[in-house]
Amino acid sequence: MRFRNLTIGQHIPGNSVVHRLDPRTKILGTTLLIVLLFAVNGFIGYGLVALAIAGVIHLAKLPWRYVIRGLRPLLVILLLTVGLNVFLTEGEVIFRLWFLTITREGLARGGMMGTRLVLLIVGTSLLTLTTSPIQLTDGIESLLNPFRRLGVPAHELAMMMTIALRFIPTLLEETEKIMKAQMARGADFQSGGLMQRAKSLIPLLVPLFVSAFRRADELAIAMEARGYRGGQGRTKFRELRFGRIDAVAIALLVTFTVVVGVFF
Amino acid sequence: MSIRLENVSFRYLEDTPMETEALLDVTLEIADGEFVGIIGPTGSGKSTLIQHFNGLLLPSSGKVWVDGVDLTHKDTQLRQIRQKVGMVFQYPEHQLFGETVLEDVGFGPRNMGLAEEEVVERVRRALAYVGLDFAELKDQSPFELSGGQKRRVAIAGVLAMEPSVLILDEPTAGLDPKGREEILDEICTLHRERGITVILVTHSMEDVARLVDRLIVMDRGRVALDGTPVEVFRQAETLKELGLGLPQVTELMHELKAKGMAVDTDVLTVEAAEEEIVKALGGQR
Ligand SMILES: Nc1ncnc2c1ncn2[C@@H]1O[C@H](COP(=O)(O)OP(=O)(O)O)[C@@H](O)[C@H]1O
Ligand SMILES: [Mg+2]
Repeated sequence: MRFRNLTIGQHIPGNSVVHRLDPRTKILGTTLLIVLLFAVNGFIGYGLVALAIAGVIHLAKLPWRYVIRGLRPLLVILLLTVGLNVFLTEGEVIFRLWFLTITREGLARGGMMGTRLVLLIVGTSLLTLTTSPIQLTDGIESLLNPFRRLGVPAHELAMMMTIALRFIPTLLEETEKIMKAQMARGADFQSGGLMQRAKSLIPLLVPLFVSAFRRADELAIAMEARGYRGGQGRTKFRELRFGRIDAVAIALLVTFTVVVGVFF
Repeated sequence: MSIRLENVSFRYLEDTPMETEALLDVTLEIADGEFVGIIGPTGSGKSTLIQHFNGLLLPSSGKVWVDGVDLTHKDTQLRQIRQKVGMVFQYPEHQLFGETVLEDVGFGPRNMGLAEEEVVERVRRALAYVGLDFAELKDQSPFELSGGQKRRVAIAGVLAMEPSVLILDEPTAGLDPKGREEILDEICTLHRERGITVILVTHSMEDVARLVDRLIVMDRGRVALDGTPVEVFRQAETLKELGLGLPQVTELMHELKAKGMAVDTDVLTVEAAEEEIVKALGGQR
């Protein structure tokens, strides 16, 4: 199934240094990466960022092929971005074919945008690949906590995310099961025009919603049965702990971001 | 219609870190008109196996033939195969979607491109097979029926395609004893009267002992045992190792024998057990 290839949001359990970092460190690192990718302007800078990402993948002992394959579902967006930039940028023409012109500036810009997107996708997928959903939401909750006074419902948001993340695989599994069951009755989800295809989704979507509501209901009852009353006074089984490796990691990340961001 | 698997292996999520070997070099043939039971511990590959019988899953390696047609061939029309090999999934009521019972049960026949009258006729017949009344239910919403009725409507949805092979994945899971009994009896009737091939995945040793002609035992993706129920239940040790039991009566006969009573342990029904015990006691009741 297509969405199986999407590595963003997937988690590969492990016990590497990267896996053991505090989720807040990793969230901060990802934020820095995003900032950096927009600050850097030039291939040397991108090369350094790529090296850093490669270093993290290596440290995390992630399978290379698997990480790279995460780009596949986004290939269309990637090609579109690069293509538009290459063909639509004005400047010194170096190649002309019928109505297509390629300019030096266009090539540079297309290459730059493409690299930026690839690094962005691969880099951000590392966060979820090395952090379990629970840790991730714990991290987000803890980072949002200071804003509680401003009325940000930190715990509730985190709980909603935990639940959503928890149920993504379940829903995918359910979708696959129902699709198979309807295919066994001769349903065809692939052929026909737009209207035809939209209509063919009814036998899939109705049972999916019915089961999602049933699950939500059961979950709510199960949570209440275990005394859930929101975040007030709730303690955690797994406390987040900011350790030495986190301090080292953050020092490295910040230094790297500042140096690369300022000089390249 | 016969189904033949040759050296079939199947891996879920191939080429990812989560790859699972669900079937390992399975070779088997199911002949026309057989009533086959498939048992095995959870995760042994039963559901994966049966999805190869109608091309919902294609093997990672190996070949599958249905009625002489090679399913792994790229030109094979899998949709036609699926009409002939009907498949009732576990908890089939979860796949109900129609506004009315008629719409839902008629989904399969409509997808076959049948005329509306023929569709209605088939829905009527299919509902009758599962003991439901067409006139009473056809305009009702399937979501308002009781659990047992929903299950029957869902099974009827597959029967309405009038397949020559019927595969059922734990069709009685979660039903009360009376509902189980009735559904199994209906399946048995279909097999007897219409001669269709039935493949039944189940956890109940009693059910398979009572119903099937042949029993396939799965273990970690392989076929561990394959034979008549009597033959399979003779392998009590192997079954125990797999965490499977014997039918209660068979177990009883084993225990009586261990206590020194001269009984035959190849017994699968209460009636046969009674006869054996009476015989061992010298004929007096
Ligand atoms: N959709 C799936 N994706 C990945 N792994 C699966 C999937 N379905 C089943 N498996 C795995 O394949 C193996 C066999 O499962 P299954 O055929 O469902 O066994 P059974 O029906 O005997 O319980 C199990 O290890 C299971 O975890
Ligand atoms: Mg199963």
